[in-house]
Amino acid sequence: MNVYHLLNDFPILQREINGKRIVYLDSAATSQKPRQVIQALVDYYEGYNANVHRAVYKIGEEATQAYEGVRQKVADFIGAKDTGSIIFTRNATEAINLVAYSWGRENVGEGDEIVLTPMEHHSNLVPWQLLAAERGATLKFIEMNADGTLDLGGLDSTITERTKLVSVTHMSNVLGTINPIRQIADAAHAVGAVMVTDAAQSAPHLALDVEALGADFVAFSSHKMLGPTGVGVLYGRRDLLEAMPPFIGGGDMIKQVWLDRAKWNDLPWKFEAGTPNIADVIGFGAALDYLNGIGMEVVRRHEIEITEYALRKLREVEGLTMYGPANVENRGGLVSFNIEDVHPHDLATLLDRDNVCVRAGHHCCHPLMRMMEVSATARASFYLYNTPEDVDALAESILRAREVFARVAV
Amino acid sequence: MSLSDDLYRDIILEHHKNPHHYGTLEPADVSVEGVNPLCGDECHITLKLDDGRIADIKANPRGCAISRASTSMMTDAVIGKSLEEAHATVQKFKHMMLGPGTADELPEEMEDIEALEGVKVLPARIKCAVLSWDTLLEGMREVEQKKD
Ligand SMILES: Cc1ncc(COP(=O)(O)O)c(C=O)c1O
Repeated sequence: MNVYHLLNDFPILQREINGKRIVYLDSAATSQKPRQVIQALVDYYEGYNANVHRAVYKIGEEATQAYEGVRQKVADFIGAKDTGSIIFTRNATEAINLVAYSWGRENVGEGDEIVLTPMEHHSNLVPWQLLAAERGATLKFIEMNADGTLDLGGLDSTITERTKLVSVTHMSNVLGTINPIRQIADAAHAVGAVMVTDAAQSAPHLALDVEALGADFVAFSSHKMLGPTGVGVLYGRRDLLEAMPPFIGGGDMIKQVWLDRAKWNDLPWKFEAGTPNIADVIGFGAALDYLNGIGMEVVRRHEIEITEYALRKLREVEGLTMYGPANVENRGGLVSFNIEDVHPHDLATLLDRDNVCVRAGHHCCHPLMRMMEVSATARASFYLYNTPEDVDALAESILRAREVFARVAV
Repeated sequence: MSLSDDLYRDIILEHHKNPHHYGTLEPADVSVEGVNPLCGDECHITLKLDDGRIADIKANPRGCAISRASTSMMTDAVIGKSLEEAHATVQKFKHMMLGPGTADELPEEMEDIEALEGVKVLPARIKCAVLSWDTLLEGMREVEQKKD
């Protein structure tokens, strides 16, 4: 894909700091936003700002139509058949918590088991820790191979009759590993467990099809896929959502209310209490339009190319260790690495002088860091607007950083 | 490219590469662990006390150059001091890093520490510099609580 013409769509990528452009390599944390998304927010606020679901007047109807229209777009984007399965939340974290609180507290009891992996983001670990502690359930973890993939050899002994829920990240935000969700979902379903997948890193970068994926719940965030912050999505299987109690109570999630009780609204609104994030959902719709305009297959192919180039380029840097699967077909567009003798925080500070934005730290994955026997890594992550020149800038900046540290002998 | 660096000055890199009082005292009178939850940096400090003085100190920082250098300088600054003096030293440092204080206000024996003033312009990194000092404070607080 020729991405150069897309760069003009991203105002922030035109910005210069100290006379130099920004080399943004932290899209796994949050992506940049195209003009079209920013404009959708402005259009809503300037043209049809009104609350949804209640107004009978024109602009209220426009707002409701736009908001609900995005629900349809999300359903189409991930191959869901039913907009009742698409619940807007604040972010992926809240989507996972919704499942843990609402489904979990209803279905997980003493002695039950919840199966996760060591590569989960804290947002797909801590909610289950809370649930397990409250319910007397146990957490179990699928083993990992040295190359950062899951070891599914022992799956049958990890996922057992006691397993109530399995939750696995679709794409690791540290290693880039793409996990075989279908295979794990089949094992979960074989014992009657429910399958959750954290798609926060995959939804922005590859064509998702929830039917093919086989997960019962899928969570992701708008802000990592060109959309605004403050919007997340929970996809849930309708029969499961129907049977679940509400997560948060209030307006909009009810049909009828008496002084002592209430009757819940239909799906998906049963899970959307209070005024939703109308503007940002509408902005998210523009982000999905933008991604669809390019095509997720094209996005994915571009990222494979960039990642391949980055792996090749970084392999040339002496003393640099990379983590994660070697095969780019099996990994997302990010590279975690460490440089001998330069701590990732120092590296990130030094790269920042060249406006090269990378992340340094534990990436909200303390247990994985411990397993990798590092306290932190640096991470460069790519999106559709990254070019080979960005990778070159990264590599050059790394060499400069190393020079700074080489100045003083041990 | 210039040989000097505003932030990563030679003195910081020297302390980082050859940290003073590095390691763990065993046995120790005080053993305290500090963690920076934002970045995962850790710092383990052990003290030997003698008549209300820090007779010996060793620290075991795991983290970036800023945090390692700062820890090394901290050990130099407080070894041999009474707990009250050490307390005052920590406050002076924190006044410089977090408050309106400047390096010029530091006493002579804290000369090396001036080099850390460059971290002040990097809000995300100040915590790296302050971690070991806060950890020491926590250790000293434990001593005082035991006395009560
Ligand atoms: C794999 C993964 N899961 C979940 C999250 C949490 O996303 P959010 O902070 O938008 O809820 C992230 C974000 O960093 C992530 O990388």
